[in-house]
Amino acid sequence: MSARAYNFAYLDEQTKRMIRRAILKAVAIPGYQVPFAAREMPMPYGWGTGGVQVTAAVIGPDDVLKVIDQGADDTTNAVSIRAFFAKTAGVATTTQTERATVIQTRHRVPETPLAEHQILVYQVPIPEPLRFLEPRETETRAMHALAEYGVMHVKLYEDIARHGHIATTYAYPTRVAGRYVMDPSPIPKFDNPKLDDCPALQLFGAGREKRIYAIPPYTQVVSLDFEDHPFERTKFDSACAFCGATDSFLDEVVTDDSGGRMFVCSDTDYCERRQAALEKEAAE
Amino acid sequence: MSAPLLAVEGLSKRFGATHACRSISFELEEGEALAVVGESGSGKTTLLHMIAGLLPADSGTVLYRNRDGVSRELGIMSEGERRALMRTQWGFVHQDAARGLRMNVSAGGNIGERLMALGERHYGRIRASAQDWLERVEIPANRLDDSPQTYSGGMRQRLQIARNLVTAPRLVFMDEPTGGLDVSVQARLLDLMRGLIAEMGLAVVLVTHDLAVARLLSNRILVMKQGEVIESGLTDRVLDDPQAPYTQLLVSSVLAA
Repeated sequence: MSARAYNFAYLDEQTKRMIRRAILKAVAIPGYQVPFAAREMPMPYGWGTGGVQVTAAVIGPDDVLKVIDQGADDTTNAVSIRAFFAKTAGVATTTQTERATVIQTRHRVPETPLAEHQILVYQVPIPEPLRFLEPRETETRAMHALAEYGVMHVKLYEDIARHGHIATTYAYPTRVAGRYVMDPSPIPKFDNPKLDDCPALQLFGAGREKRIYAIPPYTQVVSLDFEDHPFERTKFDSACAFCGATDSFLDEVVTDDSGGRMFVCSDTDYCERRQAALEKEAAE
Repeated sequence: MSAPLLAVEGLSKRFGATHACRSISFELEEGEALAVVGESGSGKTTLLHMIAGLLPADSGTVLYRNRDGVSRELGIMSEGERRALMRTQWGFVHQDAARGLRMNVSAGGNIGERLMALGERHYGRIRASAQDWLERVEIPANRLDDSPQTYSGGMRQRLQIARNLVTAPRLVFMDEPTGGLDVSVQARLLDLMRGLIAEMGLAVVLVTHDLAVARLLSNRILVMKQGEVIESGLTDRVLDDPQAPYTQLLVSSVLAA
């Protein structure tokens, strides 16, 4: 083909400008959901159409892209989105967290601490944290505008009443910069503390719901809780079966039909490089 | 003498060519219960919604005396102030309990919501208040974690009352609180409401078509017909000695058991 098949990063320039304007507004008002005219993308809703559009709007030719899905670099979703941008934007891709300048993620925050030059793009299915209790969009908007967040604690109350503790383990509601209550996307609550005071810019894109929101670098992000039932990070009894890490988020993997199971790091990049370091150490 | 708790002046509302309310004025003192009676379509509910700020009036004013003693006009308050008032100093008991409750949330969560909205962040205290209020409205304590969907109509209505009263409001609006309940359940609910109103010194604006309810709960009464107040006065006086022909008709059409 003689002419270039795609504009840089698939979306046309006007669309990217529109998305960038939404991103700027989102950064200016941390945690506020900015409506934007999400486009049809060549992938089904629920596969990261929001995240892909945000990534397309912020990525440049010199960027290095990493895409993770549930922490893994090698799952279908991650592989295809990485291939998508390699093809349409010709950018370099990586699986190493610290080499990446743009990281698109579904459901996890990398274990390796992020730095100032990095942008973390989340794929968001339902951006509205109040939706569980209030189905009306007009009403949830008014509640955000007036900072009426009592109902958010009703959800946590229900958890404790039913389970004896706050049983919400993912998409755990947070309050950003002391103002907007925000759904951190379905990341495990284990990752919530990483959002707080993070040096990297965090952008959230919801394609089907057509919303973008953001956490600027070094912004306070507090997980909601009760005085007598404080927020607790998920703790694991075991270490990673591959790399022995005790500080990372573990996935339970069923290994046979007779109840065998093992726990391994959900962040594949973190795990692999820890394994490599261990091997190197053993060889020396 | 201080200003009345609520002063309604010349409140009007039209829906197309229909006058739902025509220049209605009244005053309500602290701790006073006012019943608005009339047949279906007489504008009672429209009036209630306008006073409670749920429906904008075409003309007229509603003045509410705040806890700080200053009377404020409802129409010029910001939405945020109005909603804050609704959560703290006011309550609204709907005819259909499903409208006033969160049906997918347990009874405890329903009662605790207002406390949490006011910034209470201690689970133990919220639960203790919810428990306390559940008992005060005569619902067995072991139903605290049940969803209102599993409650009977009378229990839902009592739960709705508890949910409204937990923050000790000063003024409660009630829209046919006993509608759709059978007579014995009604009697128990009325008894309970009468006790709570007296105990908490609540001011009440009660909309009902049931004169017996008005007689039991209210001190004063407004009789409405086609959007106008045709008679008003002390409840006993109006019901025992109705002056307007329409009121006489209403009183005489009550079935004696």
